[in-house]
Amino acid sequence: MTPDLMDAGTRRREAYALRHRAGPGESGGRQASWGRVVEPGAVDTAHGPILYLDEITVSFDGFKALDELSLWIGAGELRCIIGPNGAGKTTLMDVITGKTRPDAGKAFFGSTIDLLRLSENDIASIGIGRKFQKPTVFEHLSVFQNLELALQGDRGVRAALFFSLSGEQLDRIGETLALIHLEEHAQRTAGLLSHGQKQWLEIGMLLMQDPKLLLLDEPVAGMTDEETERTAELFRSLQGRHSLVVVEHDMSFIHALTHDDPARKVTVLHEGRVLAEGSLAEVQANAKVVEVYLGR
Amino acid sequence: MSAIPEVARTLPPPLGEGRGGGPRADEAPGRRPPSRPSPRGGRATWWVMVALLAICVLAPLLNLAVPAGHPLHLSDYAVALIGKIMCYAIAALAMDLIWGYTGILSLGHGVFFALGGYAMGMYLMRQIGRDGNYQSELPDFMVFLDWKALPWHWSLSDSFAATLVFIVAVPGLLAFVFGWFAFRSRIKGVYFSIITQALTYAAMLLFFRNETGFGGNNGFTDFKRILGIPIAQPATRMALFVLTGLTLVGFFLLARWIVASKFGRVLQAIRDAESRVMFTGYDPLRYKLAVWTLSAVMCGIAGALYVPQVGIINPGEMSPAASIEIAIWTAVGGRASLVGPILGAFFVNGAKSWFTQVMPEFWLYFLGALFIAVTLFLPNGIVGLLRRRAKPEEPA
Repeated sequence: MTPDLMDAGTRRREAYALRHRAGPGESGGRQASWGRVVEPGAVDTAHGPILYLDEITVSFDGFKALDELSLWIGAGELRCIIGPNGAGKTTLMDVITGKTRPDAGKAFFGSTIDLLRLSENDIASIGIGRKFQKPTVFEHLSVFQNLELALQGDRGVRAALFFSLSGEQLDRIGETLALIHLEEHAQRTAGLLSHGQKQWLEIGMLLMQDPKLLLLDEPVAGMTDEETERTAELFRSLQGRHSLVVVEHDMSFIHALTHDDPARKVTVLHEGRVLAEGSLAEVQANAKVVEVYLGR
Repeated sequence: MSAIPEVARTLPPPLGEGRGGGPRADEAPGRRPPSRPSPRGGRATWWVMVALLAICVLAPLLNLAVPAGHPLHLSDYAVALIGKIMCYAIAALAMDLIWGYTGILSLGHGVFFALGGYAMGMYLMRQIGRDGNYQSELPDFMVFLDWKALPWHWSLSDSFAATLVFIVAVPGLLAFVFGWFAFRSRIKGVYFSIITQALTYAAMLLFFRNETGFGGNNGFTDFKRILGIPIAQPATRMALFVLTGLTLVGFFLLARWIVASKFGRVLQAIRDAESRVMFTGYDPLRYKLAVWTLSAVMCGIAGALYVPQVGIINPGEMSPAASIEIAIWTAVGGRASLVGPILGAFFVNGAKSWFTQVMPEFWLYFLGALFIAVTLFLPNGIVGLLRRRAKPEEPA
């Protein structure tokens, strides 16, 4: 034990004592602003992004589906992601929702929630909703029951056994039914709906969960032009309240989503990387994008 | 509210303000938009309840009060057969919860049935006391094996209360542990079925061995008493019969309540689209484990009621074929309808006892043909057929 080590120890001890004497609003004896308290489970978007992906790599038997992909989505943003087949769009969604674990990289929801530590259902519970490419609804339940299951609330077994609908929840289901134009079909078995109606039902189920971030994988596949237009209208109206990530092949739909606000960003993926990012016009003018995707 | 975008207000009138568009607007003015439809087969449910309760009342009357030789007299054989089938119906009901509603086909439910039966059998063996062939405190097969003392796992078998606990706890615990590992590893579909088949087969091999202390090949038989009362006495047999009938009714009501609850709808959702259930925030593991364990416990109780009525339990109950039969009863009766498995158990086992009397060599052919016919022509079983008759316009 040398004298300078002992000195250093004393100094550390004093600094520690000072820190722990300080009450809220002070930091190490200095005046400090009130700190934001990290609440477990709450999404912290004070720094802007709601979703933050950093150098995510996913490989399947040596094939890199995602190759050091970095991407962030701002709170309340509507972001479109396009890319040719095999660009890694669906893998990206799988990583965000916990279905696939990346080999390397970070994924954060807000500033504080590490998505890579959570299971699929936990990720859904903290507010990330996902629509699959193929519409996935509960075929043998009625439209109403599909929405009822998606209602926010306790997801435990006991709560489910003793669950009964409150008037408020009934209204909420009614509102969503109106929103997705399925009021007339509330008691119909979901399996009997048309393809486009199933897509709407699935979107409705996502909205019932009131997610902060919505991931939509080819949401207008199989819809008529009129349905597509109404879907675009719906998504535009959701912007601000929810953050949306729309993965799409259909350029006309991307156009419909972005035409009224040229600032809306489009991200182009190619071979597991971000190839270009910017407004639709910028992206379409990008030489690399034209080469790999649009030019063909 | 906050999540509903502007479009909601600009598009069709929202619910809750006297809109006429709601499907059930007529039944309650103003509010009450889409009310939930009643669980399927409301009337069939009552028929089954009435029929089962009638059996519970009439069978003892016709057997005990009506003299033998009278045309209305119900023979002891028939009573024993119906009692046995009611136990099978409980097992089929349990299978329906896990297969019909949750979409998990278990081909190993026989093991839970047999474990419940063995728990009861051990108690019945102890009840024999010194009246066995060898006049020993030990069960006959242990004397035969030249054992001097009861093995450790028989230590509580003389207590009826402990036996009741074991009937529920042993199958329940096995199912819980097995299910936890299987569902956590996300084993599904045919893989799960094969593993359950292996489970029951492994258990059968274990119980076949003499040194495990379950009577080996012969199992347990030659029971004399239950709760000190002679077991072959007509009144005891009737009490067991009525108890079985009431248990079946009780489980039927329990299953009905479960299926009609949100829990039941989550189960069906898991069957239809498990990934969507997960991405809706539910943990399928907990739901599957809960219904799987419940199903195993129901089977165990069925087995415990079966053994004193049939008078024997041996490892044959754990054979893969026995488990597959449970699935056949359920499929024949109609999956995902609670009435179906009960009808199926009665129909298939009724046919079985008729065939084995009249032309025993053809029974297995008939069973095979029945299973193929149901798979090809009656995917919804007997209940599906009846429903189609009742409402021909509704698509299957």
